[in-house]
Amino acid sequence: MQAETTLGRAGLWFLVALAAMAAMLGAKDSGFAAHALIVAIIAFGLLIVSVARFDPAASLSGFFKIPQEATRYDDDPVRWAVLATLFWGLAGFLAGLFIALQLVFPELNLEPYLNFGRVRPLHTSAVIFAFGGNALIATSFYVVQRTCRARLALPGMARFVFWGYQVFIVLAATGYLLGITQSKEYAEPEWYVDLWLTIVWVCYLLVFVATIMRRKEPHIYVANWFFLAFIVTVAMLHVVNNLAMPVSLLGARSYSLFAGVQDALTQWWYGHNAVGFFLTAGFLAMMYYFVPKQAERPVYSYRLSIIHFWSLIFLYIWAGPHHLHYTALPDWAQTLGMVFSIMLWMPSWGGMINGLMTLNGAWDKVRTDPIIRMMVMALAFYGMSTFEGPMMSIKAVNSLSHYTDWTIGHVHSGALGWNGMITFACVYYLVPRLWKRKRLYSLRMINWHFWLATLGIVFYAASMWVAGITQGLMWREYGADGYLVNSFADTVAALQPMYLMRAFGGFLYLSGFLIMLYNVWQTLAGRLRDEAPMTETPHDEEADRPVPPTAVPAE
Amino acid sequence: MTDKPEEAISAPPLSQEPPDVEATAKGHKRLERNVTLLAVATFLTVTIGGIVEIAPLFWIDNTVEKVDGMRPYTPLELAGRDIYIREGCYTCHSQMIRPFKDEVERYGHYSLAAESMYDHPFQWGSKRTGPDLARVGGRYSDEWHVQHLVNPQDVVPESIMPQYGFLAEADLEVADPAANLTALRRVGVPYTDEQIENAESDLALQADSFGDAEALASRYPKSQVRDYDGDPSRLTEMDALVAYLQMLGTLVDVESAAAQEELTNEKGR
Repeated sequence: MQAETTLGRAGLWFLVALAAMAAMLGAKDSGFAAHALIVAIIAFGLLIVSVARFDPAASLSGFFKIPQEATRYDDDPVRWAVLATLFWGLAGFLAGLFIALQLVFPELNLEPYLNFGRVRPLHTSAVIFAFGGNALIATSFYVVQRTCRARLALPGMARFVFWGYQVFIVLAATGYLLGITQSKEYAEPEWYVDLWLTIVWVCYLLVFVATIMRRKEPHIYVANWFFLAFIVTVAMLHVVNNLAMPVSLLGARSYSLFAGVQDALTQWWYGHNAVGFFLTAGFLAMMYYFVPKQAERPVYSYRLSIIHFWSLIFLYIWAGPHHLHYTALPDWAQTLGMVFSIMLWMPSWGGMINGLMTLNGAWDKVRTDPIIRMMVMALAFYGMSTFEGPMMSIKAVNSLSHYTDWTIGHVHSGALGWNGMITFACVYYLVPRLWKRKRLYSLRMINWHFWLATLGIVFYAASMWVAGITQGLMWREYGADGYLVNSFADTVAALQPMYLMRAFGGFLYLSGFLIMLYNVWQTLAGRLRDEAPMTETPHDEEADRPVPPTAVPAE
Repeated sequence: MTDKPEEAISAPPLSQEPPDVEATAKGHKRLERNVTLLAVATFLTVTIGGIVEIAPLFWIDNTVEKVDGMRPYTPLELAGRDIYIREGCYTCHSQMIRPFKDEVERYGHYSLAAESMYDHPFQWGSKRTGPDLARVGGRYSDEWHVQHLVNPQDVVPESIMPQYGFLAEADLEVADPAANLTALRRVGVPYTDEQIENAESDLALQADSFGDAEALASRYPKSQVRDYDGDPSRLTEMDALVAYLQMLGTLVDVESAAAQEELTNEKGR
């Protein structure tokens, strides 16, 4: 209400100021121009006054029912980041479904702004950096305060990190649609947006480290090691991979500092470790806090967490060259990349085992607690895709899988299964606690979300496996006459049903997410759904009878 | 209160480690109690892989074997390449032919490192939703390319490629062609002063059927001069993109005797 009146008043003064300026510019004599100028200045002053009275943060806080009472920990940035996670998740999933449908129905390409080539980076950035990034900001700020028993250090800077990151996302996303890109996958934003992100990221590191320094616990909890490794390493990767020469300080275009082979390996050193540190180390940090909390069990093995932390961050960095098998990259680098990728299987599974075994003694919760069920499914997908990854990095396998949809399937079993599911679980954990609600609006809706998402991933991954292997085999198929059997267009036509099935999988995943949005919205509004509890089987008088005597042995 | 012996009120140490983790934890304890140390140790751990794998590529000689024929892009080809990047063509098309029988038969000789030595950034791609384009130059006519870009399904019914008809309608706008070349020279592309001085005129010259082909060829060997988009009256984005596509893979004569001999002597591959 306040927003509308302010907007109306400010808009009015703005129009008056504009009209006065126009009158001044078009004035026939200098006296009239001077008077028009005076009117314009007055209108402009009134515009400032009306706007200054307006506090957009307050009305937004009211809209999202953000609790105002003072709390032990500084949770405001966490709440905003949770909301941003959900918002960008919706945008990213919609973009994904849209491009999946474009591959089945090319008429959906609306040139120039909504062509596949421009929307695809929008999708990848929206899900990785906007959805995943906000989930990481939310959880890292939440976890670091609790595990250190300290309020966020530098609260102003923490807010800058959140809002500055949203500016980065908006600039990146609009840039792709406008065709502003440096074409490095997952590092598409141009030089000035990269510089902005660097500033935001350094502030993120400062807030995080300063909070750890204020801790009232002697030890730094394991989740914070992973968050720290994620922040430090992403900073290094981002700066090195985006080194570029701008054509002009007032133009978007820049040219990468490196060329050809060196540029390719730098890019995939970055690209693979965006997976390794953004989507793995950061999300493992989430796992190390939220799985033990939700299961109410301690982390399975402290020693395993030490070993797998250091081996994971050491080995991941080497794995980049497996994106460049059989290319013009020197053989020694390819082999090194393959060997380290295979070794990476072990520390990856170390994390999965540590997460799953945390449920030791609480396995019944998989049946009774849908949030735990989501976490277990996330860890299972993490385990599956970190087995599939090393397998695909073997050169002989890669010769078939590279350039095909198998890679896309692999990425999505990790992204939808691991990153998506663990994020959903964490958000379900956080929302009632952050908004001071007794519980979520509905637990049964989480169950619906779980099954829709799982089914969606199964459709997605299965169709992409079939598509990828079909594609790879058709490309290399020779006839008895010694000629290639298939033209490229044949292989495109063969994949159409698989692409349709993939889009259907994406649709299921998105519909599960829509149920989540409804559930969270109702929780924010403070409503509780009247529903049968998930944990108990109701007593059935009819069934509760002694076993009929016919079932007793005769002798 | 005060006269009680001190031992009686002293609490046990805060962190009583379970005995089995004692050994691992001891060395690690310092790290997990000092965030600076932890951050530095983490940073050092994650730098090693990059230093060992990437850095040598800059000084090991045979990473990029020298071949005859490579030259920097002409201003028009570069403008076309910028459009290729802007439209995200790399999301569906690779420019890297692997040394397999089927790929070599389908797309041509496998790609050499030197062929992308002036590519800032590289365009090797990671996915073939469409075919590889590393050697697409000269394979189709200009008319085919224009028709295909305007409506791919007209020439390849199975195609799922988006339409790019707007390129033929858009005038090619390069704010300052010389500045693009200068920026590339700063990152190591050997553009000569002469090439930079003539950048503006070369841009228009190359898409003009009556342009001075010899002058352009003296600056850029093997450059092709003609109207690419079928509309000689205008210089469009379509001209630039087709000019770029038509030169891809045409610079190095990989089938020549000299090139074949060099390839057999190639090391480290």
